[in-house]
Amino acid sequence: MTQVLSVIGYLLLAPFAGGLLDGAGRIVSARMQGRKGPPLLQPFYDIWKLFTKQMFAVNSVQLLLNLSYLVFLAVAGCMLFAGADILMCLFILTTADMFLIMAASSDSSPYSTLGAGREMIQMMAYEPLTLLMAVGFYLATGSFHVGTIITSEYSAVLFLPGMLVGFFFITAIKLRKSPFDLSTSHHAHQEMVKGITTEMAGPTFAIMNVAEYYEMVLMLGLVAIFFINRNWWSWPIAIAACLFVYFLEILWDNVCCRVKWKTLLGSCWIATLLSGGLNLLILMLIR
Amino acid sequence: MGVLPFLIGWPVLIALIVPFLKSERARSVTVYVGAGGVMALAGALLVQWLLSGGVVMSFYEETELVDHLMLAGELVLMALIVFLSFKYRKYPVALLSVAQTAVLIWTEMAFPVEPASHMKVDGLAMLMTVIAAFVGSFICIYAVGYMKAYHHHHTEYKDRTGFFLSMLFLFFGAMFGLVLSGNLVWMYFFWEITSVVSFLLIGYTRTEEAVRNSFRALWMNLLGGLGFALAITVSAAALHTVQLEEVVQAGAPIPIALLALAGLTKSAQLPFSSWLLGAMVAPTPSSALLHSATMVKAGVYLLIRLSPAMAGTMGGTMVSLIGGFTFIACSMMAIAQNDGKKVLAFSTISNLGLIVACAGIGKEETIWAAVLLMVFHAVSKSMLFQAVGSIENILGSRDIEDMHGLLLRLPKLTYIMGIGIAGMYLAPFGMLISKWVALKAFVDAGDVLLVLFLAYGSATTMLYWTKWLAKLISIHHTKVEAKDITRKDQYLSMFLHSVCVVLLCLLFPLLERQVVTPIVLQIFGSAHEVLSMSVLTTMAVMLISVIFVPAMMFLVTRSARRVYVPIYMSGANKGDNTYFVNSFGEPEHLYLSNWYLRFEFGMRHLMRPSLIFSAGLLIVMLCLIVGGAV
Repeated sequence: MTQVLSVIGYLLLAPFAGGLLDGAGRIVSARMQGRKGPPLLQPFYDIWKLFTKQMFAVNSVQLLLNLSYLVFLAVAGCMLFAGADILMCLFILTTADMFLIMAASSDSSPYSTLGAGREMIQMMAYEPLTLLMAVGFYLATGSFHVGTIITSEYSAVLFLPGMLVGFFFITAIKLRKSPFDLSTSHHAHQEMVKGITTEMAGPTFAIMNVAEYYEMVLMLGLVAIFFINRNWWSWPIAIAACLFVYFLEILWDNVCCRVKWKTLLGSCWIATLLSGGLNLLILMLIR
Repeated sequence: MGVLPFLIGWPVLIALIVPFLKSERARSVTVYVGAGGVMALAGALLVQWLLSGGVVMSFYEETELVDHLMLAGELVLMALIVFLSFKYRKYPVALLSVAQTAVLIWTEMAFPVEPASHMKVDGLAMLMTVIAAFVGSFICIYAVGYMKAYHHHHTEYKDRTGFFLSMLFLFFGAMFGLVLSGNLVWMYFFWEITSVVSFLLIGYTRTEEAVRNSFRALWMNLLGGLGFALAITVSAAALHTVQLEEVVQAGAPIPIALLALAGLTKSAQLPFSSWLLGAMVAPTPSSALLHSATMVKAGVYLLIRLSPAMAGTMGGTMVSLIGGFTFIACSMMAIAQNDGKKVLAFSTISNLGLIVACAGIGKEETIWAAVLLMVFHAVSKSMLFQAVGSIENILGSRDIEDMHGLLLRLPKLTYIMGIGIAGMYLAPFGMLISKWVALKAFVDAGDVLLVLFLAYGSATTMLYWTKWLAKLISIHHTKVEAKDITRKDQYLSMFLHSVCVVLLCLLFPLLERQVVTPIVLQIFGSAHEVLSMSVLTTMAVMLISVIFVPAMMFLVTRSARRVYVPIYMSGANKGDNTYFVNSFGEPEHLYLSNWYLRFEFGMRHLMRPSLIFSAGLLIVMLCLIVGGAV
């Protein structure tokens, strides 16, 4: 019953939570730069406007691939919020991202193809850590099941501090924050125009944005399961931790400039190896 | 089980007939009949075996006549190798061949063993037979049409289609013999035949490159063969048996390590990978056969057989490390390739690496994963090779860059490629699920290094498949029309393959319960649930959603009213999405290329260090094993 409620809650509320977080993030970001920033509900106004726009398209398949991206992201999130297998959830997340790449590549346009290529590199950069993180949860709590992970006696973060640091790294990729916003970003983009989303317009673009909100909530949900244990007070701590991680991502976004793909790949892989790999090694030794 | 000798004899008979048929029509009919016969015989054997309870069965204790014939056969093979190596001035190869034949004959003279059964049918052998028979037969059917187009394109090579088809059939016979033999001497005989036949297939075009690559394949496989022969000697001398099963039960480290070396060479693991990469000079059906159902699978088959004896030993560590390292190194090198067949070749080696690593760990879960990986890989890879071969015959190139926008030009072939590629790495297709189980098993075995190899290797695997898939589905209109000259028999084979890939995934729970678990049970004597039924059902549901969500979205969006606009090109789009106006005001053709990261992942940078590392690892470990046992 809780599972069903949690899944329905995720499906219905995630876009709103994602939109609110995005709006709050913009304000925080603006304050960091000494600006006032847009109103909190600006993302909703934007999406509403995008949905009411005329449907411009460069080909017939982009829309369906984008919708598939949205559906698979929602499915991946549902798996997490239903307490299912975390590896399966991460694999579906990869499949979802594939559809976005296909949508961008199908345009056969220079900027979106370039963006799609960069998105692939980004996937390659973040994937090792997601797998190691799942393995870490398995070693720390004895299960890949989210339902079991969040009801264990101690929070997983006690065993997995390195994984959390690594996950913070790759969350920047998934949230499209600088320094890792290579494929596209929320800000006006220079050398890439708008990268992977260059050829997406109106409702198609709005769908992509809604999908990103689902993804944002999913990523923060992954942060949360680092903290949640069987005690009730771990929930507020987890929510606070999620907000703190989100704040750190915004801060990082503002103090760093975009890096080249080589730096992205190298730093992510090395961070994965140093934080994730070492954490894993220690876990295996003390097991 | 009277079918057994026919199953091996029938393909050999076809192999003897085909080269003497001069008319193309008679040849095609013979191949169709031959392939049909192989499938029917394999089916008959399967039914017979299932009717008698699907248990382990042994046959043929007294086989003196056949033993003598095999010895004669080995001498003929040796004579052939010596003749060819003198003809092409590759003398060391002759030495290898003479050495192993001499070792074997000496062993048979000096260490007579108790007579025991020579053939054995069990779940794994049966599975291999079915894979080889069906995938292989489809490849033969495909080859008939392919070779016509091939020689139409390549008039510079002498048409030896009869010989080529004959060798394909001979390969079957040897493969069946190999997987159904329980006796190491018999196995060795068939092992040598596969080495020599693959050598002859690779050298088909007789160009300088083909000759060079074929001899490279030969010497590497003969080196493995030498290891095999020495393993027979050691087990006959020390254990007084040449039954594979008894050697595995005895768990003697030296014969196991030597047999594992043979398995590593045949399955093209580093440092022996170059023979499989070089094997691409041959016409595509032979690559499909070598890569998918037969040659390389013979290597992993042997390793899976050895796995109970390797669990937790030095030999097992050696095999799993080599396998894991091959998995990551070859998946990295695949990124930098733009030749379609090369990508497939690297992906084969890399996936085999994973299977080998699983076999080296030698736990129930890893063998479970290894068997599944083998099944899925055989079907998907055979299909991908056939599709790339057909595309090459049409476009005259197998460069992935030339496949830009193939979806519009060759839709049928693109769908086939798409299914194959998705089957190789996407959730929730079989390969990925097997990988998942392998990951869990590596964690349970406490092997951090293998977990890291797997985590990074999956990321690199993802990149090279995704960028290929992205290339295929670009909606790009070009002026160059492609005329689909793929013949009906080729399509028949590829279509059946793609149906197989999808069905294997949909029937995954059934496959797992009815086929894989019994095999693990027969090898280990016990098997516990690797994936719970609920997980299996979830996966089946996921698979359906992967197929149906885009289809559904297609229906949903079909009615959406869209205004089609040209793409943004920085310079003014000339209106056809193909040309734009450059800064000189002249039309410029748009050209989009994939990422290859040549300077980071190129073969030139990675191959040599990988070879040195893996060769060093192999030598050191072999020395430790031999030194530790003596």
